[in-house]
Amino acid sequence: MTVLAVAEHRRGELRDVSHELAGAGREVAEATDSELHLAVVGGDVESFGEELVREGVDRVHTVDRGEEFNHDVSVQAVEQLAAELDPDYLLLPHTVNGLDYAPAVAERLGLPLVTDAVDLAVDGNLVVTREMYGSKVETTVEVDADRAAVTLRPAEWPAAPKGGDAAVEPFDVTIDESAVRSTVTGFEEAAGGDVDIAEADVLVSVGRGIEEEDNLDIIFDLAEALDATVSASRPVVDNGWLPKNRQVGQSGKVVTPDVYIAVGISGAVQHVAGMKGADTIIAINKDPNAPIFDIADYGIVDDLFDVVPALTEEFGG
Amino acid sequence: MKVLVTVTDVAVVDDEFEIDGLDVDERYLTYELNEWDDYAVEEAVQIAEASDDVEVVTVTVGPERSEEAIRKALAKGADRAVRVWDDAIAGRDLLDAETKADLLAAVAREEDPDLILSGVQSGDDSFAATGVTLAEKLGDEWAAVVNQLDLDTEGGVASVHRELEGGVEELTDVELPAVLTIQTGINEPRYASLRGIRQAQNKPLDVKGLADLGLDETALETPLRRTATYEPESEGEATVFEGGPDEAAGELAAILREQGVGQ
Repeated sequence: MTVLAVAEHRRGELRDVSHELAGAGREVAEATDSELHLAVVGGDVESFGEELVREGVDRVHTVDRGEEFNHDVSVQAVEQLAAELDPDYLLLPHTVNGLDYAPAVAERLGLPLVTDAVDLAVDGNLVVTREMYGSKVETTVEVDADRAAVTLRPAEWPAAPKGGDAAVEPFDVTIDESAVRSTVTGFEEAAGGDVDIAEADVLVSVGRGIEEEDNLDIIFDLAEALDATVSASRPVVDNGWLPKNRQVGQSGKVVTPDVYIAVGISGAVQHVAGMKGADTIIAINKDPNAPIFDIADYGIVDDLFDVVPALTEEFGG
Repeated sequence: MKVLVTVTDVAVVDDEFEIDGLDVDERYLTYELNEWDDYAVEEAVQIAEASDDVEVVTVTVGPERSEEAIRKALAKGADRAVRVWDDAIAGRDLLDAETKADLLAAVAREEDPDLILSGVQSGDDSFAATGVTLAEKLGDEWAAVVNQLDLDTEGGVASVHRELEGGVEELTDVELPAVLTIQTGINEPRYASLRGIRQAQNKPLDVKGLADLGLDETALETPLRRTATYEPESEGEATVFEGGPDEAAGELAAILREQGVGQ
């Protein structure tokens, strides 16, 4: 049996999720007595290939085609790799680019697809653990089939350590250019601004719970009293109430302040990815089951519109 | 030009809830228009407002309950709606992305749109795979996680920004027809006006079953089945301050001062 995991890179670097895929792949390969193959499509495949030599990896396939991710190329490359290697399980990253090609690969190969896995087990069949309803419940999904494609949530598996003696081999693909109907024309950094939340020691971060733009006043009052900087979770930025450079999370900025005060933020996984490195995390939220309390050091389960002004007053605001 | 928008209603779970079997007990669920689809509807309506002869059609796989979300999309400016449902679909526990894409593809083949807009994901299942699977079934091009769209209908190209991780956007040109999965923040979804809500009541909403779409129950077959649903164990060891807002704020203030904050 064979497990095939496909690495991800961007702008000259392998992304961490690539080594996590190797880590997860190793677990599945051990449980099923399989070979673990990794593949990387495009970029500096020579150095990426060497970097993907990890413990538990049997072989690394490099596809020298293009500098950056193009889903039409990746779909064809993985399709041809799968035709050659005949993998039982295909592991892909649940990242923005993973979302942009994994479903097409699964469809083309006729594989059942389970996305956003946070855990995997093989007990006869593959059993995938995933979350529903914004992380409020977990479910297990069993795949009653011999083969499957799974996308793995980043930061859920330990990276496979460097080492081992996997052979790195180029894999030739024949790309049908007429089927490449998308062209990546460039990259752009999200709008900057005069505030760099990544530099702040203390962040007062505001989320959907603030309800209305006018209510942001109480957040700025608290931040002023604490000599802190205001940041936000995605919904506040989507609403245009604060600029994009204030957004904390997977698609925003990663912050590592001494103190992070999450006000009215539920703690969706995309947000947590951007702030879990804070030294002290404080959550103020009226929902006692909000996932933010799972990572918080201190919490208040109450109405933010009562708590925040009271806290501001404590600091003479 | 025709724009097809996939619209779904999603379940939102109350703060306190119980699980009954393989799902949250229905008593603790409320339903609303999927947030990502709201942005997709807005984008389609803005395209229609920017040029003549654009028809916006919504397509939904969902029970009668979902007509509330559909009427909301119609009230915001969609022209008409198709809802796919019958007893056979209702009998399935899990509608995975592939099954939904099969049903949506059947409607898309009838409608033959130039552009399909779909929310990146649904707020309840969060498969985040239906749009791209649909594109592949139709043989269309696609782009996932689009947060900016510039449409050149004459050139047959959609120039999009895709929101990557870490505050970076990818700029990509995609040939039409295409399926774009729409990220929140691409626009500002409007509120439905009273006039829009009144008009929505008279807009066409067709309900189609498998047979109407030339499908049979094999379209619903999936090897995926949910085997357990449970509340995740809290990994947290947060110290929670209680006793009302003032008392809790006082205790938190003491902790913050210990950390040197606000001094």
